[in-house]
Amino acid sequence: MSDSVRIISIIEDSYDTKTFEFQWEEKVSPGQFIMVWVPGMEEIPMSLSKTNRIKSITVKKIGKDTQKLHDLNLGSPIRIRGPYGKGFDLKKSRNMLIIGGGVGTAAIIPAVKETGADTIIGARTDKDVIMDEVAGKYTKNLWIATDDGSRGFHGNAVQLMRKKAEEKEYDMILACGPEIMQYHLYNACVELGIDCQLSLERHMKCGAGVCGCCVMDDMRVCKDGPVFTKEQISKMKDFGTSKRDECGRSVKL
Amino acid sequence: MLVTSVGKLRLERPGMVASGIMDETGPSMVRMLRSGAGAVVTKSIGSEPNPGHPNPTFTELKGGYINAMGLPNPGIELFGKEMEVASKSGNIVGSIYGSSPEEFSMLAGKMEEYGAVGVELNLSCPHASGYGMELGTDPAVIRSIVSAVKSAVSIPVWTKLTPNTHMIKDLAIAVYEAGGDAVVAINTVKAMVISPQFGKPILSNKFGGLSGPAIRSIGVRAVFDIRTAVDIPIIGVGGISDWKDAAQYIMAGACAFQIGSAVGTKGIDVFETVHSELERFMKDYGYGSIKDMVGVAHE
Repeated sequence: MSDSVRIISIIEDSYDTKTFEFQWEEKVSPGQFIMVWVPGMEEIPMSLSKTNRIKSITVKKIGKDTQKLHDLNLGSPIRIRGPYGKGFDLKKSRNMLIIGGGVGTAAIIPAVKETGADTIIGARTDKDVIMDEVAGKYTKNLWIATDDGSRGFHGNAVQLMRKKAEEKEYDMILACGPEIMQYHLYNACVELGIDCQLSLERHMKCGAGVCGCCVMDDMRVCKDGPVFTKEQISKMKDFGTSKRDECGRSVKL
Repeated sequence: MLVTSVGKLRLERPGMVASGIMDETGPSMVRMLRSGAGAVVTKSIGSEPNPGHPNPTFTELKGGYINAMGLPNPGIELFGKEMEVASKSGNIVGSIYGSSPEEFSMLAGKMEEYGAVGVELNLSCPHASGYGMELGTDPAVIRSIVSAVKSAVSIPVWTKLTPNTHMIKDLAIAVYEAGGDAVVAINTVKAMVISPQFGKPILSNKFGGLSGPAIRSIGVRAVFDIRTAVDIPIIGVGGISDWKDAAQYIMAGACAFQIGSAVGTKGIDVFETVHSELERFMKDYGYGSIKDMVGVAHE
């Protein structure tokens, strides 16, 4: 359940994102997450970007805690606990499209690897695109969307998904990325009649389904999610609109 | 068959959600009520919004969990919105924490106004400076807080006690003497976990509260002790995850029980499972009601 592991390799994914690999025997399914901690930072949830015997987390430097992880070296110990939550159900679909937005791309890579399904990676600019090489190894159809058009499709991942859905019949979308992206993606799925599974995020404390601080409506992101079905999301008033802060107050997104 | 009474409060089922578990928001409390809990005790609520301690606030260990959440809560004013949603769906007991009799009384009054069927005074949290067990290990302090709250509200007033003392019987007597309606025993056991690799405590607060199977026998003993000392309804809590655990608490003297950590280890349907298996046991062994089973270990 909880373990101290050592970093065995560090991959620079982009100017602000690094992947840290470690060996961990726990069985993990694509979409599950772990809680990660080293002294001097707050413990944070991280999706696994590799789920074999060698596992990894992919960290974008966005603040004090992720900076602390970026400072780690080969051989540094990290404390992890998990795996937690419900991952993607990869058996429900015959023809799926997988979408990663920003650093959320890390969470969909294991599903791309396991299924070889068509994949879209969305990012703000060319230099924010991560893990396209590894995704390209596992899927024949990898498309990139950038907001500024500096690489691939000029526009966001949802706009590109709508275009691809016209060309090919998908029965399922899997995704992880910013909530605003997933909100529009969900609405597109409703409109186009495509099923979806989305990996969501909220402030977490226990990670184990006990404290209830990460709830969206009455669903625990850590235990009932982080991957939710279209049906579950359709009942969530919080989705795309509000979240709970550390005190449990409802705040607008 | 499972109907029980905690003083004047009648519960269709004896198992409730312990404070701190899936009880910070209206919708999550509704979900717990629908899952088969006889009541939900809210997250402990204070006067002001509190983010609690920084992470790490929780980890699994052999035999249970350790946590030092540090009483995170949105504050009593905003909590009214959550209560509005939850109290329509069933029995909600408002857990509150404060630093003085006046503060506890104000919070209890609000909870009553919000529709709580009772209040539970948190005089036992082991990881919040100036609150919880720092007050609740002194019988005189317990007496003054309980009697103040009793005169402020008309709903039942329960007091949750700490096991981190050699005198839990005296704490229960203080509750009784102050006119308290019930005691809840036990809160978590003050504890610590150290990472050997880092040579440091893992929780940001350094120490926290141990819960889960590791503390069940401590809780059962505490309930047994309290029952010998004072005639007051007791609610048993600490490490209950199946019917056998619940039965032990009842036989030690509890008329109802609470479940916390097992919501994580067994899932939300733990209430349904414990209640139906407890009922089957009662039928098999000739207990016609919960009342018939309360305190039998003393006879």
